[in-house]
Order: sequence, then C-alpha cells, then structure tokens
Amino acid sequence: MSKPSKKQKGDPDTTGHVWDGIEEFDNPMPRWWLWTLYVCIFWAIAYTIAYPAWPMIKGATPGLLGWSTRGEVQAEIDAVNEGNAAINARLASTELTAIGDDGELNTFAVSSGSAVFLTWCAQCHGSGAAGAKGYPNLLDDDWLWGGDIEAIYLTIAHGIRTEEDDDARYSQMPAYGKDELLETVEITQVVNYVMSLSGAPKDATQVAAGAVIFEENCAACHLENGSGDREQGAPDLTDAIWLYGGDYDTIKSSVDNARFGVMPNWNTRLTEAQVRAVSIYVHQLGGGE
Amino acid sequence: MSESEPAPKLFEAREPVFPKRVTGRFRNLKWVLLGSMLGLYYLLPWIRWDRGPNLPDQAILLDLGGRRFYFLMIEIWPHEFYFVAGLLIMAGLGLFLFTSALGRVWCGYACPQTVWTDLFILVERWIEGDRNARLRLHRQKKWDLRKVRLRLTKWFVWLVIGLATGGAWVFYFADAPTLLYDLVHLTAPPVAYITMFVLASFTFFFGGIAREQICIYACPWPRIQAAMMDEETLTVGYRDWRGEPRKRSEEVKAGATQGDCIDCMACVTVCPVGIDIRDGQQLECITCALCIDACDEIMEKTGKPRGLIDYLAVGDEASEKAGNAPRQIWSHILRPRTITYTVLWALVGLGIVFALFIRPDIEMTVAPIRNPTYVTMSDGSIRNTYDVRLRNKTGEPQLFGLSVAGDPTLQVELEGHDKVVVSVPADTSLLQRVYVISSPDSAPSLGEATKFRLWVEDMSTGERAYKDTTFNGKGN
Repeated sequence: MSKPSKKQKGDPDTTGHVWDGIEEFDNPMPRWWLWTLYVCIFWAIAYTIAYPAWPMIKGATPGLLGWSTRGEVQAEIDAVNEGNAAINARLASTELTAIGDDGELNTFAVSSGSAVFLTWCAQCHGSGAAGAKGYPNLLDDDWLWGGDIEAIYLTIAHGIRTEEDDDARYSQMPAYGKDELLETVEITQVVNYVMSLSGAPKDATQVAAGAVIFEENCAACHLENGSGDREQGAPDLTDAIWLYGGDYDTIKSSVDNARFGVMPNWNTRLTEAQVRAVSIYVHQLGGGE
Repeated sequence: MSESEPAPKLFEAREPVFPKRVTGRFRNLKWVLLGSMLGLYYLLPWIRWDRGPNLPDQAILLDLGGRRFYFLMIEIWPHEFYFVAGLLIMAGLGLFLFTSALGRVWCGYACPQTVWTDLFILVERWIEGDRNARLRLHRQKKWDLRKVRLRLTKWFVWLVIGLATGGAWVFYFADAPTLLYDLVHLTAPPVAYITMFVLASFTFFFGGIAREQICIYACPWPRIQAAMMDEETLTVGYRDWRGEPRKRSEEVKAGATQGDCIDCMACVTVCPVGIDIRDGQQLECITCALCIDACDEIMEKTGKPRGLIDYLAVGDEASEKAGNAPRQIWSHILRPRTITYTVLWALVGLGIVFALFIRPDIEMTVAPIRNPTYVTMSDGSIRNTYDVRLRNKTGEPQLFGLSVAGDPTLQVELEGHDKVVVSVPADTSLLQRVYVISSPDSAPSLGEATKFRLWVEDMSTGERAYKDTTFNGKGN
C-alpha cells in the first residue's frame, strides 16, 4: 500500500486504504440497505421463535405457532380424506354391479383403485398388472376364480389360502410326484396329454395313456375336457395361458409338486371402499366379464 | 481525484411534476381514447354471448380452472395456445409498425401507464386545483386541515380507481355477475381478493406516486424504441429554426431578431414527464403531444402560424431550414419500412384466421400402453392396449366411432362398450381404453411391430380423423 494522498478540504471521507493511488470511499451504507438488513434480522429472530428452529438434545424447539412439516402433511391427508368421505361412503354402499353405471362414482373408483393397486398389488402383479410367473396376469380374459366384478371383489377381499379368513379361496391339488400318488411314467403320460389339450403335437400313445390317467385323477377338478372349474379354482388347461409356464418341465413340476399360490385377504388392511375401488380398477383393465 | 470538484451525486431525487391543464385537438383525442379504452376494459367482462346450455355465456372469459379461453365465437383449448403466440407476434409487429411511423405513439396514447396516470392527474386537478394550486399545496410545509382533507380525498379516489381496476381484471377470469355477488358477500375465492389488492396497490403506486419514473427507469420500451425509429419517423419536436432565438435569450438582449418562441414556458408546464421539448428529443418524452396543444394556443394568440412544436421528422430539418414547406404527413407514414411491417402483420393475422377456420372439430391422441407391450388372450390371440383421448369441441354430446385400417386381421374393441362407438360429453375430452386384437398366428401376432392407422369418425357429421400407431406382437 502506498501512502494516502493529502486530504483536501471538501474531499469525502476515505477508509485510508490506497492501492496504486486509488482510494476507497468511506461512504455509509445506503439507508434502504441498512433498513432491509435490520428488518431481516428482526424477521429471522421472530421466525425462530414462531417456528421450529433451534436444535436441542431431543429435537428442535417447537416454535410458538406449533407448526410442523408432519402436521402439515397430516392436515393435507385429513383434508383429502374429508373431501373424499362422501364419495367413499357412496362407493362402499352402492351395489357392486351398479357402480359401473354411475359415471362419477366409476371414475373415482378407477383412479382411487389405481392408487391402491400401485401401493398394494403391484409388488406381485406388476405396475401394469401383467403379472409374472405364478402371479396371474390381470389384463387377459383367463380367470382362476372368475372375472366378473363380484368374483374379483370376493378374491381381493378374502384372499387366496388365507388362514385367518374363513371365506378365503382354497384350491387343493395333490402333489402327485412328491407324495408318490402316480408313477413317474404315468406323470409323463398325463403331462403329454395335458399339453395336447391346448394343441401341442404329442405322441399319440402317450396321449392316449395320459387321457385315462387324467380322467381318473384330474378330471374331478379340471373337468373331463380340461377346461377347468372356477368353483374350485382349477385352471383351464386348454387355453393358451399358463400361470407358471406351458413347457414340459414346468407342467411336470406342477403335477409333481402341485402349486399353492397365495394372496392376502385385503379386507383387514384396506377399507371397504378401497377394496371395491381396486376391484373396479382390476375389472376394467381388459379382462373383466 | 480532482481537487476542486465535489464528489458526484450518485442519487438524484425526483423533481415533482405538476402538469398544467391544456386544451386542444390532441388533448381531445386523448380524452376520447382514454374514455373508450377504459370503458372497454371495465365493460368487456360484462358482455354476454350465448354458446348454448353447456358453455359459459361470457363473451370474453379466461377460464383457468376449466382450461378454456372464450373469445366471442372462438374457443381456445390449451393445446391451441399457439393462437395466443400468434396474437403476441401481431402485437410485436404492431408496435414495430407504429414506432417506425409515429415514434412512441403507444407510450403517449395507449399505454396503460399513460392512460391511468392521465386519469389520476385529472382526479388530482379536480380535487387540488390546477398546476399553481398544486404547487402551492406541495410547498406548504404545514399539514393544516385543508391540506389533509384534500390529500385524503385524492388518495381515496385514487384507491377507488385502483380497486375498480383490479376488480375489472378478475372479472375476465370468472363469470362476472357471480363473482361480483361473491366479492360483495365476501365469499369469493381468496385469489380474487389478493389479485384485486395487488393490482389496486400497483395502480395506486404507478399512477399516483411513481408516474413518469416508471417510463424513465422501469420500462424497457423507451430503450428498445431507439432501434426502431429513423429519420423519417414522425415524433414530437420543436422547430428551433423557427422559434430561436427565443425571447429573453442573450441573443435577443444583444439585439438579434426574436424568433417565434416567446419563452412562455407553456410547453414545459403541461409536460407530464417534466421536460423541455425545446431541448430536442429526449429519452423521457413519451410523445403525448400535449406541448403541441399548449404551443398552438399561444401561437394563435400571438398571431403566428401553428406548429412551432409539432409532429415532425428529424430528416426534414435541413429542408425546412432551407425554407421549404413541411412535407405531407402521409409521405412519412407510407414508406417501404412501414409497408413491410403492415404486410407482415397482416400475414400473421391472416394465418391465425386461416388456422382458426381449418382447425378440426374432432381430435384424437393415441398413447400405446407399453406395460406390458402385448397381452396373450386365452384363445391365443394377441391384444394391444391404447389410451385414446377423444376431444369433443362442440357444445353438444357427440358419438365417435373407431376403426382400424392397415391389416385385415386387426380388430378393435373398446373397454366398457359392446360396440366400437363411444359418446363424448359436450366440450370435454374423454380418455378411452381401446383394444386392438390380432388373431393367433397372424402376421401382426407373430411379428415384431405392425404399423396401422386408427380412425375416428364423428357419427353425426361423418367427419373423420386418424392417428398412425404401432401394434406389438410376440416378436417384440
């Protein structure tokens, strides 16, 4: 720093700093700027008193207004629930088959059901409801327990193989291989017959032998023509849709060990309106009957 | 640092302006414009327009909630927002045109800042008197009863005007009579009150307090306009070759022949931005032309020709100095530049009108659902799903029929309908799940992707529209 130049009368105040002859004015801060600063300081102090702010050992000071982010979210949720209370009550009390005719109610059920589906059902059935191996595709026209709105509602409400719900869907298939109810040869024959039902070309003698075994062991549930029985949850073996897969090894595994898919009974976890909403949603995905 | 000069002042306090009352042809024109523009602004939301039972009957309505813009017989949907963009382009070109022909004519006559300030100054004059009375009141330090009464009355009237301004604004966004009823009964939505409050405050501040400072410091237009004016542009100016040397000037005192300007300051006292037009063109000048009226009145009294201050073009100075008569107005206005702007402006306008006429009454968007890409049905056929949005832009419910073209094996079905016909309520769009099914072992079923065309037909008029989309098969 070089020396400050001699101060003349009338010169403005300087800070005394000089760089290469350039001096720095010692002007006061503009008044508007200072007042803005004071207002901000006041605001900051008032804010920390009114709202949660200072960190303490257990959480922060609560603030005089009692405001919290959790409380705000809860208030929003309550507001939505309150707003939907009337239509949810209507949804829970309307005849299931009549919901589709009520345009407003149907629209509400579909969008509300979509949210329920993505929250609770998508883990197994997929976000697009296309299912996966062992988890039925809900978009097609093949149903184990029936695809009209009442059957879908019953399945969702009471679940499949749920022990705590007496109305749950139960289907029972013997594990023919594991429990040695059929010889390995017989199982091979019946698998060949089952595959021929949906049009796969198979050895005629195997198929003929398999047909006899099928009639004795399987037709009680799957019916004589193999078209299945929705009353018992027995799948249709003649169509193009296989829940676990339609190749030889998979079908043999199914006959050997039997399959026992499960689904929770949603009536204890969801409200009646939610169960109905998700039933309506599933029904309109493309397979509803 | 210089040793003798004091430090420059970085802040300049505003010199209050007290425009004097003026009469004349430009003032009359401005009164007419002020009345008609404010009248339009306040009255337009109240004009009714019958659109049938399902649509609002307000002639001009910006329905933000319903996402519709109604303008007389025209209805704009959100996806047609390009019409508004077209109007903005027209407004821009219009400003170019008027600026190149007449300078800041927008600022002087039509800008809301000018119009409302004019109105506020009028109120000020009614309550506090003309220039001299207002100056005296301003200089009077003591706030006696009279000053308090005058000031409060003035502010109250300004506030009422401000509230009416904000009030008229919100009526463009909702059914005006209903909203007025709600506003009075304190049941209107908070946003209406907030908008009114904000606009009332800004009207009060802009028109009453800030005034010409908005034009000088806040508005970008005065800076942009310089690029659009040229030597042919007509703008308010002073014929100094005729007026100078003015009375009381050093030259006249020294014995020179006095020009037409008698230095009466009439042009300065009426100026709403507080400048002296005789100093030449200035950034502050909004070309309100009131100084022309003021000067013409004086010229008539002194028996001199009018037009000492006048609309004139910079390029004419030399010719007029040489003694030639001023050129005709039309020769300034009709020139290649203004004609080009006019043609461009008209082309955009024609384009908008054309687009309005050819826009279809039925519209459809198709979104293939890719989760999953296809579904195998129990009979082995392959099904694809599409979210189809159908728009019914008429005031009546319409039946729309759907069909596919492109591959004979493709069949179309609608969710929730036995037939491939769906009814869309008036003035709404409807989201319909559409299934396209291909028989087992057909080419589309086995293939990867098959292009096809989805047709929609208005069952009453037979009007058709289509969208091309794709069918995904097992090969996908």
